[in-house]
Amino acid sequence: MLLVALIPLFALLGFTITRGAHRLSPSFLTHSMAGIPPLSPGGGVYHAIIGTLEQVTLAAVLAVPLGLLVAVFLVETPLRGLTGPVRLLVDVMTGIPSIVTGLFVFSFWVVGLHRGFSGVAGSIALMILMLPVVIRSAEEMLRLVPQSLREAALALGLPRWRTTWSVVLPAARGGITTGVLLAIARVTGETAPLLLTVGNNAFINTNPLHGQQASLPVFVFNQTGSAFDVAVQRAWAGALALIAFVVVVYMTARLLTRSNAPR
Amino acid sequence: MALRIETVNLSCGYGATTAVSDVSLTIEPKSVTAIIGPSGCGKSTFLRSLNRLHEAVPGATVHGQVLLDDDDVYAPQVDPVEVRRLVGMVFQKPNPFPTMSIYDNVASGLRLAGVRRREVLDDAVNRALRDAGLWGEVVNRLSSPAHSLSGGQQQRLCIARAIAVQPQVLLMDEPCSALDPISTLAIEDLITRLKDDYTIVIVTHNMQQAARVSDITAFFTVDGPGMAGRLVETGSTEQIFRAPAQRRTEDYITGRFG
Repeated sequence: MLLVALIPLFALLGFTITRGAHRLSPSFLTHSMAGIPPLSPGGGVYHAIIGTLEQVTLAAVLAVPLGLLVAVFLVETPLRGLTGPVRLLVDVMTGIPSIVTGLFVFSFWVVGLHRGFSGVAGSIALMILMLPVVIRSAEEMLRLVPQSLREAALALGLPRWRTTWSVVLPAARGGITTGVLLAIARVTGETAPLLLTVGNNAFINTNPLHGQQASLPVFVFNQTGSAFDVAVQRAWAGALALIAFVVVVYMTARLLTRSNAPR
Repeated sequence: MALRIETVNLSCGYGATTAVSDVSLTIEPKSVTAIIGPSGCGKSTFLRSLNRLHEAVPGATVHGQVLLDDDDVYAPQVDPVEVRRLVGMVFQKPNPFPTMSIYDNVASGLRLAGVRRREVLDDAVNRALRDAGLWGEVVNRLSSPAHSLSGGQQQRLCIARAIAVQPQVLLMDEPCSALDPISTLAIEDLITRLKDDYTIVIVTHNMQQAARVSDITAFFTVDGPGMAGRLVETGSTEQIFRAPAQRRTEDYITGRFG
């Protein structure tokens, strides 16, 4: 049974590697699609890697403080009456389809506020998708911090906020970092919301605040949609690069979990 | 550097239940007062109400007064944070901060109160660790994680952390119940030495310990499950163990009850 369950995973990995590996070269990783006609075999994902890195980093920079704030509110404040509704909202957020999030940012930010397509619009969509994951994992980690540590800090004459900041958060740091990395890995492959908020670009656009930007998932989506073999090959190589990126993030998370487990 | 504590008709509880009711007790400075009694008699709750840590539990209730040299710590304008700086506490299980080194644990109270100067911190850490009888064992590894210490050393580290901020009163909630006999002895020696400088209140399940370390003993009891604990009698430790005035106390210390 175990092997049967693993077949899809290995099939997917094997498929992507056999199709993508021969096209994945240093040159593929260091060149953009600028000036590459659809039929031509050259080009690469450099511009898409930059876009993905910027969009995901920005999403994390927005989601982590906000998510930690909510998690701290849920665990550390004595306002028992409000925690139930907030937790319910977070659960509902987990279930929102990513395309809906994309639509929301599209109509609110891109069109509504006349901001147009940009990396930051995609980051906002990704942030909304990351938030519930960050909140729930940070909440679990904060709950694992023994009550006796909070009491030790309070008994030393620390105010509540100081207890949270200097004692509780550091004690949960390892677990929180792991949760954040898992949330990052989870949204890195999101495509639908980026189509509606960032668009695509064959050129390198390093400014996430202005103009359309490429990203690995949208690159894969676009190249797959082409009828030409050279494009489909690029799509597989891009998919492999995307998987590699996510695997690296997962591995970092695992390593951090091992070395920083709550003691 | 030691204050008198007086409780006046103090009752504490959680929500609708009262854990301990109507305690009026005077705790003398520069002495060790032991609080003994069966499980559930509210002795820990009583202790935690003295530094207003009790109210950190949601739904906690307190009625009556706790006077620290005639100032009511429950007066409306009093900040519980200020009370806890005057009244330090050591807990049942050693609870050093896991992410901090030995040095940082002892310095934490001062640092978080805004002390930045290295010499001041060094002095305070040095003195607190000496007072806690731990200096010789950790002098060469002050930057090691606190968790590298043994249980008994961790508890002495927690005592050092508590006295580094120079409180007036030291509360100890069964400080030896998680320790082996040798570590227990070390802590008891320490308590006897610390009483020259502090007002010490120790809650203990161990009657021999109460007899060994305390000057005054207060006996609490509870009449049944779900009922509120109460103070039965208080007196010099010698009198409580030799000739208790109350039958309940005698039954407890001779092992007929509890």
